[in-house]
Amino acid sequence: MLYRENGQFKTTYRTDQQIFPIAQDRYLVLALVAAAFLVVPFVASEYLFRAILIPFLILSLAAIGLNILVGYCGQISLGTGGFMAVGAYMAYNFFVRIEGMPVVPAILLGGLCATVVGVLFGIPSLRIKGMYLAVATLAAQFFTDWAFLRIKWFTNDSSSGSVSVSGLSMLGWTIETPADKYLFCLGFVVVFALLAKNLVRSHIGREWMAMRDMDVAASVIGIRPVYAKLTAFAVSSFIVGVAGGLWGFVYLGSWEPAAFSIDRSFQLLFMVIIGGLGSIMGSFFGAAFIVILPIVLDQLPGWLGIPLDTALTSHLTFMIFGALIVFFLIAEPHGLARLWSVGKEKMRLWPFPH
Amino acid sequence: MKLKSIVFSAAVLAAGLSAAISTPALAQAKEQFFPVLVYRTGAYAPNGVPFANGYVDYLKYVNAKGGINGVKVTFEECETGYATDKGVECYERLKGKGATLFQPLSTGITFALTEKAPGDKIPLITSGYGRADTADGLAFKWNFPLLGTYWTGADILIQYLAKKEGGFDKLKGKKIALVYHDSPYGKEPISALQERSKLHGFELSLLPVAHPGVEQKATWLQIRQNRPDFVFLWGWGVMNSAALKEAVATGFPRDKMYGVWWSGAEPDVKDVGAAAKGYTALAMQHGAEPNAKITQDILKDVHGKGQGTGPKDEVGQVLYMRGLIASMMGVEGVKRAQERFGKGKVMTGEQVRWGLENLNLDQKKLDALGFAGVMRPVSTSCADHLGSSWARLHTWDGAKWNFQPDWYQADDAILKPLVRASADKYLAEKKLSRRAPADCQS
Repeated sequence: MLYRENGQFKTTYRTDQQIFPIAQDRYLVLALVAAAFLVVPFVASEYLFRAILIPFLILSLAAIGLNILVGYCGQISLGTGGFMAVGAYMAYNFFVRIEGMPVVPAILLGGLCATVVGVLFGIPSLRIKGMYLAVATLAAQFFTDWAFLRIKWFTNDSSSGSVSVSGLSMLGWTIETPADKYLFCLGFVVVFALLAKNLVRSHIGREWMAMRDMDVAASVIGIRPVYAKLTAFAVSSFIVGVAGGLWGFVYLGSWEPAAFSIDRSFQLLFMVIIGGLGSIMGSFFGAAFIVILPIVLDQLPGWLGIPLDTALTSHLTFMIFGALIVFFLIAEPHGLARLWSVGKEKMRLWPFPH
Repeated sequence: MKLKSIVFSAAVLAAGLSAAISTPALAQAKEQFFPVLVYRTGAYAPNGVPFANGYVDYLKYVNAKGGINGVKVTFEECETGYATDKGVECYERLKGKGATLFQPLSTGITFALTEKAPGDKIPLITSGYGRADTADGLAFKWNFPLLGTYWTGADILIQYLAKKEGGFDKLKGKKIALVYHDSPYGKEPISALQERSKLHGFELSLLPVAHPGVEQKATWLQIRQNRPDFVFLWGWGVMNSAALKEAVATGFPRDKMYGVWWSGAEPDVKDVGAAAKGYTALAMQHGAEPNAKITQDILKDVHGKGQGTGPKDEVGQVLYMRGLIASMMGVEGVKRAQERFGKGKVMTGEQVRWGLENLNLDQKKLDALGFAGVMRPVSTSCADHLGSSWARLHTWDGAKWNFQPDWYQADDAILKPLVRASADKYLAEKKLSRRAPADCQS
């Protein structure tokens, strides 16, 4: 009743091709983004910022990056944590070694380094596919882990191998309070999500999807596999690298290679699968599910006033979380994004479903 | 239907979340809140659990004795699983409840919190772990590596070795292999050991072991090939027992193996049992203390009343005692702060920081607390956040840990310049400056 596009006529190609063709969608998303920028910074508590919103935003960004590779181009990657590490450590090096280096260019340059590494490790994808490629990208993970643990230059000769960053500022705006950090991350996420969404709707995105659906057919109709696959690796690792930079600079402040271990790669892959392969929106859902749910489950007994042993709580969290993943994948194998669109379809017919 | 139920459960979750966020989580009057970061699950749980139990039992004991000058102690545990990002989340979660101080029991988490603590004005106690350079109180205002850092530990191990071999000159040309956990924790001692190796001419080889340390075949193959004279073990959790088992398998003599204080507790040698006989580890100041007065008091006042956190036979074990002492140092910091800012009042993090910086636990106070024979006096100052750099060692006889007779003190002449240089490097990187003398009064 409320949610339908009756009467919204599209008279130009432009209106027909916009990201949200239905006005209600458009206004909802705009309102959401506006609220995220204008309302949340004033009402959220410090805990909400630092422990939930900032990691959620950064991991959403990383999930968008991975989704481009896995969801849109069909190349399974287990090297995401490694690419994040490249982004974070190289951004750190740019930031510390070059006098007066501003934060944003440092993070973007870190992302560029991740792009180079990503393309390098993407070359095998031209010959190997599927599970075999996953194993090949695993090499990226182990290689970067090794490099940042062993090569002292990357950590600026820190004796413990741990590096730290502080005193972030941008054009005279010092990024210190949790709200500042949140806004900083939000800015990155909005810009990159918009870029990614437009990229996957463009001819490049269509090439990626053609490669994903059937690479032989795609090359027959004139899509170059080298170009399509390597651009997917490049764009994906760039976004993932930027997310890695933010994770180190903004969220942790001080980190070691363990922050970007193989667990991180799996976590991001799960986000993408649960959120919905081939969906930008799904990356956000997946990140929310994986980041926020365990924290909520972990604290639930405390809120309800049930005194539970810490160990028991954390075991229960793992069990319930695992069960929920299985449940959602059975209920909707195409991820939360698919659930979302099914919900929208039902909304259109409501209250008279046929 | 299916969709409805999903939407419904999502709504319930969202409602729960918003309810939790809007609940004001302020400390109530007359309650000193101690956040407790623990790991009772995961690869490091065998060692994390006794520490956590000791930590919490002491807080319960303080309450049983009437609190800190009448102020009741409250606490809440948060499971970190030894993971840095989870630790940061726990820190943020418990910080909002009026946290007195944090003791993360993880070097990785310590590094991350070192960046956050000054802004939040909450002191960090990292007793026997964390950054070694934080002993420099003029550079690290909020960090307190009380009773020992990895550098003092490494230094004391070398001193012990020299004494055993008959002098520092006997170390020349010897080969020492450091088998370490490949994390900031394991890497911390390297610079202090390298300094000593330059001084005495022994050869130091570094053998990293990846987390969690179950797989060490390659490391011990290298040891078999290189035949070092001594092996230093810098492990944690399952890595320690795995290393000892590998030593048995490769035939490396256990009495040539020396561990840091995190590699010298019951869970580390229990599985190896008699085969680990002769293995010596640092004990910090205390070891297993089944007969100490405080142990008996805990058994009587906490476990005796059914309030004990863990199993009864764990009370007095090495890691249990370490948790207990860590907890005691925190409580004494609050007590000291109350002396200045008002007895029987709830102390803020800032006030507790002053208390920790002016800690003066002499023998008389320790005796009164029941820690006679467990540890030596500790006194901190503005410049010295370490408090005491004494330690002893203990050797496993196949069934229990026995103390070596002597106490050792880390050599300040060697460590001071190292600490200073490292702290200066940190400050320069962060574009910070040292604290002015006037700041010490605050």
